[in-house]
Amino acid sequence: MQPIDPTIALEGFGPGVEDRVRPVTRRSGADRWFRGVVTAAGAFTLLLMGLIGLFLLVRSMDALRAAGPSFLTTATWEPDGGAFGIAAVLLGTALIAVVALAMAVPIAIAGSIFITDYAPSRMRTPLIWLVDLLAAVPSLIYGLWGRAYLQPKIIPISDWLSAHLGFIPFLDADRAAGFAASTFVASVVVALMVLPICTAVMREVFSQAPAGEKEGALALGGTRWGVIRTVVIPFGRGGMVGASMLGLGRALGETIAITLIISPTFDLGRLTRILETGGNSIALLIALRFSESSSFGISALMAAGLTLFVITLLVNAAASVVVARSRSGAATEI
Amino acid sequence: MAIVELVRDDAATAPDAGRPIRFRTVERDDALAIGGAAVAASALAWLLFTRLTAAGVNLGMFVVGYLLFLLLVWGIGREQYDAVRARDLVARAVFWSVGLLLIVPMVAITAYTVAKGVAALTPNFFLEDQSRVGPLSPPSVGGASQAIVGTLEQVGLATLISVPLGVLVAVFLNEVGGRLARPVRMIVDAMSAIPSIVAGLFIFAAFILALGGQLSGFAAALALSVLMLPTVTRTTEVVLRLVPGGLREAGLALGATEWSTTRHVVIPTARSGIVTAVILGVARVIGETAPLLLTTLGATAMNANPFSGKQSALPLYVYRLFQLPQEVAIQRAWTGALVLLLLVLVLFVTARIIGGRGAGHISRFRRARLAREGLA
Repeated sequence: MQPIDPTIALEGFGPGVEDRVRPVTRRSGADRWFRGVVTAAGAFTLLLMGLIGLFLLVRSMDALRAAGPSFLTTATWEPDGGAFGIAAVLLGTALIAVVALAMAVPIAIAGSIFITDYAPSRMRTPLIWLVDLLAAVPSLIYGLWGRAYLQPKIIPISDWLSAHLGFIPFLDADRAAGFAASTFVASVVVALMVLPICTAVMREVFSQAPAGEKEGALALGGTRWGVIRTVVIPFGRGGMVGASMLGLGRALGETIAITLIISPTFDLGRLTRILETGGNSIALLIALRFSESSSFGISALMAAGLTLFVITLLVNAAASVVVARSRSGAATEI
Repeated sequence: MAIVELVRDDAATAPDAGRPIRFRTVERDDALAIGGAAVAASALAWLLFTRLTAAGVNLGMFVVGYLLFLLLVWGIGREQYDAVRARDLVARAVFWSVGLLLIVPMVAITAYTVAKGVAALTPNFFLEDQSRVGPLSPPSVGGASQAIVGTLEQVGLATLISVPLGVLVAVFLNEVGGRLARPVRMIVDAMSAIPSIVAGLFIFAAFILALGGQLSGFAAALALSVLMLPTVTRTTEVVLRLVPGGLREAGLALGATEWSTTRHVVIPTARSGIVTAVILGVARVIGETAPLLLTTLGATAMNANPFSGKQSALPLYVYRLFQLPQEVAIQRAWTGALVLLLLVLVLFVTARIIGGRGAGHISRFRRARLAREGLA
């Protein structure tokens, strides 16, 4: 048997050892290797993320240098003709994401409160499964289903909305152009795709509402709704904002479902009439134009991809900060 | 004294005197009130729109019906209790209807995909490739074997790359830690938000343009592993966190090194969770289409070598065929979508069943092996 190294034994009883989990200071060779390899793997993820940004930046330099600041203001995309910019696609991306969130967030809030505070125990687990399963369905299938099944059902709704609420900005439409393949149809599908993500995060937040305060509100004579209004929702406010922003990040990057549904347009007037045929998004642009682009065209698409990458990173970082600041730190775990 | 009297008086008249309010239960009275209001409101709306006016069944009918329903619920609450309880009842009706609404999309998607795709789900779909398929060939000719082989190889390679790396990163985050842990955890979180098309662009820029690789199944696998890595890492990290610290300390106290404690205690205890992480990672990427558009363009003939030449994949197959004008092609696309959906469902349910077991659960198979080795 190997003798016990006295230095380890002594150091193990040094001052302050109680708050250290592993009182081992001199590591064996195997452990140094283990720590080295595992730390290298951790560092590699940092490197990988840096490489993603770096490669996109390097490849997009050609296009960015040629376009200059007009890259942000031009609405057309003709890289080989010299005029290209992300104004139209960026606007289209934002519209799809915002409209989708406007539909998904209220449902996610009510749905997650239903799961935490209303659903009987027997219903709870199947519902959680179902929502997680909805998140696992490939976006391709959402796209197929959205175009074949949902779109014919949404067109009459778009028609009705434009006829009766057309005075509201964004909701006006040129009936002659039709209502198929619109930003609105894509938004409904994207809303369904971000719904499970928002619901999962919000459920986590709401389930951590302090039981003592809930019971206190009940003891003061509150009803169930009273408790939810005065304890659960205020407690989860930060988490609700964070979850919505996580959903926003997903909605901005959604590609294939949108590609299958929307017919692309670069006309800003058309883009802002969300019920009318035609929309656009950065991811859609890349997916549709990539295979037929010249090398300069690919550089321009890389620049668009870089923009998308930076925006989703910023949105996601902001979401993490908001969720972490809300009282329930564990809410970021999906 | 007076207060006690007051409460007692009040309690005597309240219909549910002395019963505590509980969350997540269904009281018979409330259920009857809400159910009755729902039936009455739908009947009223139907009568209004199809019999009394000629509007017919449309969106307006559902909107009016739902508002009627809430109004009726409120009326019942008002009639039976008071304004506060009436609001509570309306809130309950709203939350229940949204909760039941959550079930609709999944059921609708599954039912529609099955209905559209099941007709052409014949053995030749799995056994033949697409090379001899003309635009008007019936579904009994040709299939998607090249796409299925492509998907299996691409997802398999992506798993081989991202699972060891993901588990190592998770071990780093949970077992070693240190100053680097915080930024790594943040980056892994950020990575899970990378749009899949950006992952495709990155591999195109790094592997194909910079390293001179070719459009191939391997390039696709690289893009998929970028997407799979955060899922595997985060799920594994959560599972490792569930391993009781006492087990680690017992290992270290017996004189084991950190490496052998991790290897022989932590990882085996979390085995089922790690399997779950792998399955969830596979389910995450198996239906990804966007990165494949940029890394392997798809092919109609069988190409079993992922390292050379364009390769098909099931999502690409579905995406391309769905955009053709022919009815037969769209039919094939739906069959492909059905196969994908079934794969995802099976993977997901398997992950949940395995993940539902506690840490350290020993399966029947493993117990038999341990018994053979004389350990249990």
